[in-house]
Amino acid sequence: MTIDMSQFYQVFFEEAAEHLAQMESLLLELDVETADKEMLNAIFRAAHSIKGGAGTFGFSDMAQVTHVLETLLDRLRKQELKPTTAMVDAFLDAGDVLKAQLAAHQEGDTFEDPSIAQVCAVLQQLAHGDAASPLAVTPPPPPPPVARTKPEVAADSAGAGPVDHDEGETAPVCWRIEIDRNLAGEALATSLDGLVEVLSEKGTLEQLSGEEETTLCWHLTTAVDRSEILDTLDFVCDEAAVKLVPVASVPADDTETGEDPGYGFFAPPTEEPVASNDENDEGYGFFTDAPGATQAMDQEHPGYGLYGGAPGMEQVAAQVARQQQEADQGFGFFEDAPGGPASEQAPSSGAAPPVNVPPAGGGPRQPPPRRPPAGDTSIRVSVEKVDQLINLVGELVITHAMMAESISMLDPVTHQSIFNGLSNLERNSRDLQQAVMSIRMMPISFVFNRFPRVVRDTASALSKKVNLKLMGEDTELDKGLIERLADPLNHLVRNSIDHGIESPAQRQAAGKPEAGQIVLRASHQGGNIVVEVSDDGAGLNREKLLAKAMEKGVPLPENPSNKDVWHLIFAPGFSTADTVTDISGRGVGMDVVRRNIEEMNGRVEIDSELGQGTRIVIRLPLTLAILDGMSVRMHDEIFILPLTAIRESVRPRREQVKTVSGKGRVFQVGEEYLPLVELRRIFSQDAAHLPVEDGIVVIVDTGEGRAALLVDELMAQHQVVIKSLETNYRKVDGVSGATIMGDGRVALILDVDELMKINRRLNPSTAPTMVQESGT
Amino acid sequence: MTDKTKDRAIINAEESREYLTFTLGDEEYGMDILNVQEIRGYDAVTKIANSPDFIKGVINMRGVIVPIIDMRLKFHLGDAEYNQFTVVIILNIVGRVVGMVVDGVSDVVALKPDQIRPAPEFGAILDTAYIDGLATLDERMVIVVDIEKLMSSGEMGLMDQIQSGAV
Repeated sequence: MTIDMSQFYQVFFEEAAEHLAQMESLLLELDVETADKEMLNAIFRAAHSIKGGAGTFGFSDMAQVTHVLETLLDRLRKQELKPTTAMVDAFLDAGDVLKAQLAAHQEGDTFEDPSIAQVCAVLQQLAHGDAASPLAVTPPPPPPPVARTKPEVAADSAGAGPVDHDEGETAPVCWRIEIDRNLAGEALATSLDGLVEVLSEKGTLEQLSGEEETTLCWHLTTAVDRSEILDTLDFVCDEAAVKLVPVASVPADDTETGEDPGYGFFAPPTEEPVASNDENDEGYGFFTDAPGATQAMDQEHPGYGLYGGAPGMEQVAAQVARQQQEADQGFGFFEDAPGGPASEQAPSSGAAPPVNVPPAGGGPRQPPPRRPPAGDTSIRVSVEKVDQLINLVGELVITHAMMAESISMLDPVTHQSIFNGLSNLERNSRDLQQAVMSIRMMPISFVFNRFPRVVRDTASALSKKVNLKLMGEDTELDKGLIERLADPLNHLVRNSIDHGIESPAQRQAAGKPEAGQIVLRASHQGGNIVVEVSDDGAGLNREKLLAKAMEKGVPLPENPSNKDVWHLIFAPGFSTADTVTDISGRGVGMDVVRRNIEEMNGRVEIDSELGQGTRIVIRLPLTLAILDGMSVRMHDEIFILPLTAIRESVRPRREQVKTVSGKGRVFQVGEEYLPLVELRRIFSQDAAHLPVEDGIVVIVDTGEGRAALLVDELMAQHQVVIKSLETNYRKVDGVSGATIMGDGRVALILDVDELMKINRRLNPSTAPTMVQESGT
Repeated sequence: MTDKTKDRAIINAEESREYLTFTLGDEEYGMDILNVQEIRGYDAVTKIANSPDFIKGVINMRGVIVPIIDMRLKFHLGDAEYNQFTVVIILNIVGRVVGMVVDGVSDVVALKPDQIRPAPEFGAILDTAYIDGLATLDERMVIVVDIEKLMSSGEMGLMDQIQSGAV
């Protein structure tokens, strides 16, 4: 029976990606000076699980890379080598290669790149580097078959782990298969006959238990290896319900004794002399790859390998825990035992159960803390489905508003039940809306988590020292925003490192700590998400910026405020960097940042103090689908003005409006003159001209500075569901979208930046000197 | 698009298709009923600034924002009055929903392909480019329109993105 592995590929891809991510974050956390053994172990496990999975699914290229990676890691965790920054770099590079390979496999491709060989070479060199040094502990030699003191050990080894070798086809071995009916579930009952048939094909099957017993028991004498049997069983019942042990080694249902001989066998001191220094590395490689070892590992760490989940069920949990500890200890013992003179004593006690052997590495190792499996608590749903749900709930809210409006003319006393029902409906639909919106919400750590790596790489490329501090990673915001936030943040962080943080020497001269600090902070503020990127670097240089602005011919107000000057850095093509590097300096980044943020209805603010640092604050709405807006009236039409754009509103006086060269008009607020944008002129040229003092002026922030928008009336504040006009129509100038109001009518959402442009078209001579222009 | 035409050709060869007929001025037009989503009355529309006058604006149709075109204004057919008898045909054209105001909707007729004869060059309200052919029903002449082609044409200015691809 051949098993189509491809159906499990997706599981492997997801698992491997998780392991890679875990490995990377652990590597970044790793402090080279005081490497935590537990951490090294965790990294090793992640690498090992990837290798196991890759081997099982035949992605040999990935298995190869992880293997080399593992070899070095293994020496690290055994403290034969001291971790160095170079190693961490090599590991990270290897992680990148693996990611690329994984991505390629996911598309049914293979990743061919010289970088693979390069990374492997570096890793191998690092692993070899110290192998010759006298400090290095002699690794265990390849276990020659002669050493197999007991036949069952051979059986155990023959049950090759995920990385299969020819050993799988060794002499027939008798396996004891036990299936717990209670754990196996329904599927077993229906497919029992089939199972028996399939097993019989593999070898001689002997049934030991009756049909009715809770534990089904067979003896299977076969040449196929353990994983193949497990695969077969996997189809009929949960792996957790299966117990598969070589018969001879397991007298009863006591699995732990099965492990012991396996360890004991490495121990006999007679093995010692066989190990010569020359063989060391090869022997090592072989050893890690040795089927017995791999399998043992898999059993030790349920939940890590693909098949590792086996012993995780409740019934045997206690047993497993014990077994694991023993195994861990045993492992420790046999890792360190066969070389170092210090542990010379250990092998002599070879035959003793590992429990009694004091682990060479110190106190007994605790099993690593497990995170609860995420699979039980979350499901993967396509974004489309969620969006559809959000749309429908939006409709529900609108329908409710329409109903509320139409019953408002009824007499509340005689129709009390309708009113009550409707207010219930309102509450429920609002709750529903919030609940549905929260599905799309994700913690911002999804973006933040990539920055430790970005900072590390960028800083080392520029030979600067930078510490990154993340705050408020749990702040939730819309998934769509998260994806679109990644790029701008990347730019900002790289900019901070390149332009903000000074070189260590400069910093010392300025009396600052050598390592700069970058803080990424996210928080909720009102209905907004605030993301802050701040550094304690040099800060923005006003004079330099002004000089550059003069040079580039960027128009500026007479006496530019600091804010005006800081905003210069968002102008396209504006860069104060003296040299263009591959990190920044082309003057494109900040322009893109501003554009991206504004596309999300957000705003960027800059705060800077020369010599103290720079703080860039991004304000974003919670979600892309709902907008906080103010409804304004123009003639008999209602428009929505996004709240993020609104600064203030003023009741205008006639004398505040000044005419410039007989055409354009400006509005005076305090000392400033803002261009006056008349909504009526833009949206219905034929409508009667509105006397300024009858309307109301809303001061809005636009990409080109502030402007005064003249509307007939401010109506109310709403949360509106944004709808696209382009779905069935086309882009309309001055309008970013549409929404449906409580009465069922459509209201257009104004785009203040575009209004400014239209206004300029209508009044070509509006003096631009009055406003700050960013040169667009 | 090509697939659709092919499908149509296969159906055409065998059986008749149904057409919705509507009137514009003195002429009666027919269009493929499969493009019709629904027929409804005329609601208040939200005007769209700086758009041609025949684009009346947009309406909310159960949460979908639908543009409304008045064919009477588009083809200058006298006064366009809006009262309770004004009819809007909601069309579904290549996945887009568009409302079309006409003088009236008269009938649903079944026409066999051989009943539709090629149209000569003539002075109909619609450009011949959008006319599939002519059919005779009793005493009436029905101009069969390719509504998809008409609505996605640049002349209507409805769909700026797909214009270049479709025309």
